Amino acid sequence: MSAAAPAPAAKKENALAAFAQRFFENRIAALALVILLIIVGLALLAPWITPQNPYDLAQVDIMDARMAPGEEAFEGYTFLLGSDGAGRDLYSAILYGLRISLAVGVFSGLIALAIGTAVGLIAAYAGGRTETVIMRIVDLQLSFPAILVALMLVAALGKGVDKIIIALVTVQWAYYARTVRGTALSERKKEYVEAARNLGLSSRRILFGHIMPNCMSPLIVVATIQTAHAIALEATLSFLGIGLPQTEPSLGILISNGFEYILSGKYWISIYPGLALLVTVFSINLVGDQLRDVLNPRLNK
Amino acid sequence: MTGPILSIKDLETHFFTRAGVVKAVNKISLDVHEGKILGLVGESGSGKSITGFSIMRLIDEPGRIVGGSISLKGEDLTKISERQMQDIRGKRISMIFQDPMMTLNPVLRIGTQMMEAITAHEKVSKKEARERARDGLAQVGIPSPEERLDAYPHELSGGMRQRVAIATAFLNRPEFIIADEPTTALDVTIQSQILAEAQKLCEQYKTAMIWITHDLSVVSGLADEIAVMYAGKIVEHGPSRQVLTDPRHPYTAGLIKSVPGEHMVGHRLYQIPGMTPSLLSLGEECAFVERCPHALDLCAKAPSITQDGSRHYRCHNPTLGLELETEPGA
Repeated sequence: MSAAAPAPAAKKENALAAFAQRFFENRIAALALVILLIIVGLALLAPWITPQNPYDLAQVDIMDARMAPGEEAFEGYTFLLGSDGAGRDLYSAILYGLRISLAVGVFSGLIALAIGTAVGLIAAYAGGRTETVIMRIVDLQLSFPAILVALMLVAALGKGVDKIIIALVTVQWAYYARTVRGTALSERKKEYVEAARNLGLSSRRILFGHIMPNCMSPLIVVATIQTAHAIALEATLSFLGIGLPQTEPSLGILISNGFEYILSGKYWISIYPGLALLVTVFSINLVGDQLRDVLNPRLNK
Repeated sequence: MTGPILSIKDLETHFFTRAGVVKAVNKISLDVHEGKILGLVGESGSGKSITGFSIMRLIDEPGRIVGGSISLKGEDLTKISERQMQDIRGKRISMIFQDPMMTLNPVLRIGTQMMEAITAHEKVSKKEARERARDGLAQVGIPSPEERLDAYPHELSGGMRQRVAIATAFLNRPEFIIADEPTTALDVTIQSQILAEAQKLCEQYKTAMIWITHDLSVVSGLADEIAVMYAGKIVEHGPSRQVLTDPRHPYTAGLIKSVPGEHMVGHRLYQIPGMTPSLLSLGEECAFVERCPHALDLCAKAPSITQDGSRHYRCHNPTLGLELETEPGA
């Protein structure tokens, strides 16, 4: 509100800068975001910065199996983080695995977010019988352990990234629906909704244009936590051997591959993919918490 | 003179609660003419806001309009479909609410909310909608309106927000506006500015208006006519000056006497004894009888309307002017 009106473009930049400034006020969240960006960057660049394509069986040599970190491969490069039981370079495998884990987590998170939000909003706005039916389905869904439902679904559908995503969405949409419905119920009673009705806006416009934006801050927190959950759940399924195919290892498969060696001193096969998973999930959660604080306009002042 | 913009006939809005039927609006009739302001006065729970929401047809469950008609230039709003009603809300009739802190969406920019009011009813470009929103803000005396369009509600003061609400209500040049206590949440100096702003726009656009309030001093300078509501009924209705200086209904007289004035310094303020009756247990008698200093045996039967020139009232034993024979509490 200072001085003369700046050009619209400059204004947008200012808003973005202010947003960034508020986000980085929290050092830990800033660090988490940097780490997360590095992880995503490494995952995206994997084919260009890894010595080996772990999915290409021609490049994987059984003679290189269970090399300790620092040892040299038959082909001449160094196993920075050692190799697993099949001779895969763990550094390469972790980066490739991260690609899959992140993609699965983000896609299932987004799809579940979209479905859950729409369902929750409709339940809250419609009320009555529609709401009862929807919310009982949500309750039913949430009363099953997530891992059990996912296990059964993957067992029924078969292996593959798309099937894993379907399973994760099925498990997670209900969390979003419940969160949104709770927030939307209290928002719906507020006077701005009455005022919007008085302006002659359609129900759809009020629901998605007015109520939904007010439900965003809890949703963002749920979304980041659920994305982190999805990544962990996918790792669990893969660890149990029913997630993704062995030939395209995600982090969970890598961890399970090293499991049998962990007591014989070959710790690196499980530990490094495990650490990668831990750091990823943890930093997503930290970023999500900070986003919630920053995105809430009522906390701006 | 042409007919009224809005004409309410025997409107009844009831709430069907578990405890029984609450007759919040009990057969009221009103006419509002072009460019005129009608002050609808009453205590909390007298049914004045419900009347406003009934006109908008935004009565939530368990409430329902059960009888009467509301016609906007001859078109009966109680008979049209919800879809048609939606086209009228915000376009031909708009509403200004009591608390400007609550009625603006906290996460949407002022401009977005105002532009939406336009685009909901007309196919106009974003640019044009924005220009109209900006002109609307300028018209209600908001400085640097262009910048305010990009502001969020929490960045504006209460008075500023109410100006935004008024600008929004006038955006589509409605024929009729319902103002539901829009100055109650503001401090007195801002109140008078807002009143002047609303009055100016009303004259300029020949808008008919109902100004709902519990504060007689607000409507005294503003309204052309005053209707006093009590327990779901209009107990007195007439030109402002007549009603305020020479009330007929003892309730109106009580309301006027309880407004603080300079000649009352050092005296206790007058209060109307007792409380508003429960709308659930209204019997045959006049609803005011328990509190009335003028009550007669006759009042066991509710009075019908007495017409008196341009005014009318519901009382068996009307007061003549402001004198009240009985002292409060006597």
